[in-house]
Amino acid sequence: MTDIEPSPEEVEVLRQQLGDEAEEMGYHLNPDIGFTRNLVRGLLLNEGRYGYHSCPCRLASGERDDDLDIICPCDYRDQDLNDYAACYCALYVSDEVLSGERDLSPVPERRPSPDEREKTVKGFSAPAGESLSSLTYPVWRCKVCGYLAARDDPPGVCPICKAKAERFERFI
Amino acid sequence: MVLERVGGEDRGKITLYALSTCVWCNKTKKLLADLGVEYSYVYVDLLKGEDRKSALDELKQHNPKATFPTTVIDDGKCIIGFKEKEIKEALRL
Ligand code: SF4
Repeated sequence: MTDIEPSPEEVEVLRQQLGDEAEEMGYHLNPDIGFTRNLVRGLLLNEGRYGYHSCPCRLASGERDDDLDIICPCDYRDQDLNDYAACYCALYVSDEVLSGERDLSPVPERRPSPDEREKTVKGFSAPAGESLSSLTYPVWRCKVCGYLAARDDPPGVCPICKAKAERFERFI
Repeated sequence: MVLERVGGEDRGKITLYALSTCVWCNKTKKLLADLGVEYSYVYVDLLKGEDRKSALDELKQHNPKATFPTTVIDDGKCIIGFKEKEIKEALRL
């Protein structure tokens, strides 16, 4: 595998862009700029390798469908921010970390293990309870941020966290 | 499995399973280098096919979740994540 090393300018452009998007939505990038640049470099390397921003701290399979949950921002970011004040890689940090009230601590992996993942059925699972069959619209849930939308199809882009339609699951 | 060996003081067999893009893995590498111990590492994301599979199978024996970094000392003690204190303690440093 020959990687194309991203230039410092490319890294900085993406870091700024992710930082601006994060702030707009109430998230924060890790204020340690050197550390964050290294992670952004990893995102760019993964984009070159796989075609998407796979999480730098996790092993991508290279199959988009298998890696969907770890395309940054991953499905686990928000829960880890709540529980550990940072995402698994510490690219995103909580208010307390940003203000220096809390130190970073290692975040245990929340993503199911490769064996567990193999067992779970892929695709949309619709818990079709009888009492719900009277709903006019199905409800779609964004797996990145939890946003719910009652409409025929998931939105093309999550209006809250900007995740793409493929990150939505049928919730009801 | 193809391991890269880094020379240094012999403190037992140290194997680091890492990803080339992972900042915590590279912090672990730097820690081992700063401690001046001899160790071997493998960037599993740069392996393909059978090589990747055998590296992962080996890693799973120590860490079933197969996460990175994983540092294995003397084929027994396994430290998951960048845990400076634990690594130093395990190496009696
Ligand atoms: S949000 Fe998830 S995918 Fe992105 S850097 Fe953090 S842990 Fe990795």
